[in-house]
Amino acid sequence: MTTSFTPLLAEAGLGLPIWAMALIKIGAALGVVLVGALLCVYLFLFKGLSFMQSRLGPMEAGPHGTLQAFAEAIKWMEKEDLVPDGADRTVFKMAPLLFICTAFLVFLVTPFGPDLQLANLDAGIFVVLALSSISTLAVLMAGWSSANKYSLTGAIRAAGQLIAYELPMVLSVVGVVIQAGSMNVQDIVKAQVNMEVFGLYLGGVPFMFPQVIGFVIFLISAQAELSQTPFDMPIAESELVSGYSTEYSGFRFLIWFLAEFGAVFGYGCLVAALFMGGWALPFGPQSGIVANVIGVVVTLAKALVISGLVFWVRFTMPRFREDQLQRLAWKVLIPLALVNIAVTAILKVVF
Amino acid sequence: MANNLKGFFTGLKVTGKEFVKTVTKGAVTTQYPREKEEPATRSRGVIALKEDNCTVCMLCARSCPDWCIYIEGHKDFRPPKREGGKPQSWNYLDRFDIDFALCMYCGICVEVCPFDALHWSPEYEYSEFCIAELLHDKGRLGQWETTVPDPEEYEVGAQIKGKK
Repeated sequence: MTTSFTPLLAEAGLGLPIWAMALIKIGAALGVVLVGALLCVYLFLFKGLSFMQSRLGPMEAGPHGTLQAFAEAIKWMEKEDLVPDGADRTVFKMAPLLFICTAFLVFLVTPFGPDLQLANLDAGIFVVLALSSISTLAVLMAGWSSANKYSLTGAIRAAGQLIAYELPMVLSVVGVVIQAGSMNVQDIVKAQVNMEVFGLYLGGVPFMFPQVIGFVIFLISAQAELSQTPFDMPIAESELVSGYSTEYSGFRFLIWFLAEFGAVFGYGCLVAALFMGGWALPFGPQSGIVANVIGVVVTLAKALVISGLVFWVRFTMPRFREDQLQRLAWKVLIPLALVNIAVTAILKVVF
Repeated sequence: MANNLKGFFTGLKVTGKEFVKTVTKGAVTTQYPREKEEPATRSRGVIALKEDNCTVCMLCARSCPDWCIYIEGHKDFRPPKREGGKPQSWNYLDRFDIDFALCMYCGICVEVCPFDALHWSPEYEYSEFCIAELLHDKGRLGQWETTVPDPEEYEVGAQIKGKK
């Protein structure tokens, strides 16, 4: 097990200098976040939502509207970058950048193959869950600095919600960590690949089956963390204009938008690694170049399935009330997650 | 709780079904400029004017809720019908404009016209880049008359005069 930031590509035998590795990693991170966000926007926001409403969605920009997302991005970049008069300018301008940083950091430990990982940290999943809560800070910064009551209300709702749902999310991961015996995401994936059913090897068991309660809790709290629709009170366009992003326009709004969809994809990758066997296929190759190439495709596919689920729920459900949201987190999900941890721990000791 | 979960899955089923239906059978929408929906025969697309029937009675202009009909006319004599008769007094129509930027397509003018000079035509493609162009004069309104569908056949026996 590697215990440092040592680039795994170097271990795989590429032998590149550290600056080249850094460049490759920056490119990979940018590519994954942007491609993931654009895929989510096109497949789910433009097409999936339209199909659910029995219409075709964008059809004119490129074949079947494939270039529509780029057209929207260009449109936003053309717009004026407004900062309100009473705003705290520095904080206001920093908030979306901090937010997109968290979208990138979710990908920090996601394994895309046995050797493809930005950083192989021992406490990987812990670090990622800790880093992803920075987004609360970004949202609070945006809401407070906008000098707008709608923004502030949205940000305070977001803070209450994100903190409430951080707990069930972390607690649901604890079950996985106990079962895998490691916080290292790569080891969690390998534990799923090597898991046997009562002494029979059936190509590994993804943790979504033994940890089904944790899986469901993680999905629900990820939905809330991403403030997607049943939990979109921070945005709540019918009550709060656009919540904490009300005052943003042009490029900065584009960053909020991209970060939102990039984060959905990031959580999709995380769920894929934690609960769905990551880069591995049943009886697929587990090392070497082939495993890495297949691993990228498999991880992206699994992440897309999970983001599809997130958006499906988003496009179907109406918004919760604030008290219903808090009740669900504190009275249902957290006790359930604690029971899940206890049961997992007992079973781990028994078997 | 069980009820909530049931509602949740019912909702997912509804959107999921619609998704599959759209993918397999196509959407209910049409891609407008490329394919057009046939409007209903009597749909309210544009108002057409049959100039010969108009007597400049101004009923349409007065009943129009948003005053989008502009009528001007003058009274003059026209030659007698029979030779040796008196010249007829006649209302000549000089101007008949409908401002479709103001019109709200209520159809009161069509209903109120005592001489069937106004008709609904199902044509709907007359948008303009300049809003002033939406003021259709009597020539333009007369052209729309060619697109007015023929009236339906009367029911059998409807035209036989009854005993007084």
